[in-house]
Amino acid sequence: MDKKAIIEIENLSFSYDGTNVLENVNLTIGEKDFVWIVGPNGGGKTTLLKLILGLLSPTKGSVRVFGTSPQQARTQIGYMPQYAQLDPSFPVSVLDVVLMGRLCKGQFFGPFKRGDRKIALEMLREVGLAEFADRHYASLSGGQQRRLLIARALASRPELLILDEPTANLDLLVVRELYELLHRLNKQFTIVMVSHDPAFVAQTVKNVICVNRRVAVHPTTEVGDEIMSELYHGQVRMVRHGHSAGEEK
Amino acid sequence: MTEFLDAVFNHTFMFYALLTGILASIACGVVGTYVVARRITYIAGGIAHSVLGGMGLAYYLSVVHNLTWLQPLHGAVVAALASAVTIALAGLYFKEREDTVIGAIWAIGMAVGIIFIAQTPGYNENLMSYLFGNILMVSLGDLWLIAALDALVLVVGFLFHKQIAAVCFDEEFARVRGVNVQFFYLLLLCLTALTVVILTTVVGIVMVIAFLTLPVAIAGFFTGKLWQTMVLATLLSIFFMTFGLAISYSPDLPAGATIIILAGLTYLAVTAYKAARKFRRS
Repeated sequence: MDKKAIIEIENLSFSYDGTNVLENVNLTIGEKDFVWIVGPNGGGKTTLLKLILGLLSPTKGSVRVFGTSPQQARTQIGYMPQYAQLDPSFPVSVLDVVLMGRLCKGQFFGPFKRGDRKIALEMLREVGLAEFADRHYASLSGGQQRRLLIARALASRPELLILDEPTANLDLLVVRELYELLHRLNKQFTIVMVSHDPAFVAQTVKNVICVNRRVAVHPTTEVGDEIMSELYHGQVRMVRHGHSAGEEK
Repeated sequence: MTEFLDAVFNHTFMFYALLTGILASIACGVVGTYVVARRITYIAGGIAHSVLGGMGLAYYLSVVHNLTWLQPLHGAVVAALASAVTIALAGLYFKEREDTVIGAIWAIGMAVGIIFIAQTPGYNENLMSYLFGNILMVSLGDLWLIAALDALVLVVGFLFHKQIAAVCFDEEFARVRGVNVQFFYLLLLCLTALTVVILTTVVGIVMVIAFLTLPVAIAGFFTGKLWQTMVLATLLSIFFMTFGLAISYSPDLPAGATIIILAGLTYLAVTAYKAARKFRRS
């Protein structure tokens, strides 16, 4: 493929307390890709994301994002962490949450500037939450809170979006809306996402990455809807059967 | 009430007391909001109790080694900051046992304080005022120190509010956005430590946590935004300080305890009102 490579992972291994979480991962994610990361709990999905974000350092091998180290590339990455780790009753307004996305772009001292607010409001409009700007974070519904966190990820004007389970614990209708939003955003951004919703993901994503200590990549075009769901349920077996890890077909 | 106003204008100690209450309210409203939002009241409690160690040591040194310039409040500042740094380090490198470390600091601080106060010759009426506060004993020197700490808390809070708020809400996201999370968490604990010291002079070590959380909790019923909570909590705190002081004056009640009871009853009343409304609606 002659697309520009956004994320390049070479011979990466990561171990925690002596156990290997990820082994010999090779992976290339290109510009405007929409990549879905699947795998069993504890299989290393979130670890892989954190390595790409530079929150963890690989034990062996290398991660390069936008041709540089993840730490240096962070300004160009929009991140949505797992929703469950946030305090739902935290006293903060919707606009203030989006503004957090401007942290590295704005100035170091003092409050956010008018320009930051303008961009934050723009991002709220992008995800359809403009009229909620002044509302309390806790007063939003689960789906709206997810949209808000996506707006926050967008607020740093990134080129790459990394989402960790954006649709966990949502009802199907809301999940569908969220995927429509992501599908639209994919026209501008490269998206890497961990998710548990095979049915919706299949219509949206371009590549599937199976993570269970080892990593295998499948283009969705070659994997139909039925195979997708089988893949989702039976991925452990399939990975054991040994795809050549990391080679995009 | 007229008697109280009379006292404020005619007695310096009452004027100082009122001024201390107002100054303490500012730090209390700002930092209390962070503490409640981040749910680190237990840490604030640990820091508050460790302060007795510093106070006891300073008191001992000033009497036994004749260091007359050394005030208990100086010892309190040092002890509070030392505890804050220790707790921050424990949170960083010893996460799973953080609460044990806080508990240890809590108790050791108290123990050190009690030993030094016991070892200091003379009659020690000070222990009670350290534990339960004595706003009427605030000296001009104390007042300046409190004003300086207040200014520091406000300036740091203004300059770094966005980073501290982000670290409180979502540490991991803040880290990806390039915020030095460890530094700002440490900064927050240091601000908490300084606020705890300021509040200690008013309500004493034992009741600090109540005053750090009650005005914020009441404010939280009426607003869902950080800065609004800060302003409202500060105003509520000024109200409790002033009226608590006024109520306690004529019958000669302990001021700190009166202030706490006023704040506590208001909190319970607001909670009951909210609960009743919710009950009626459902």
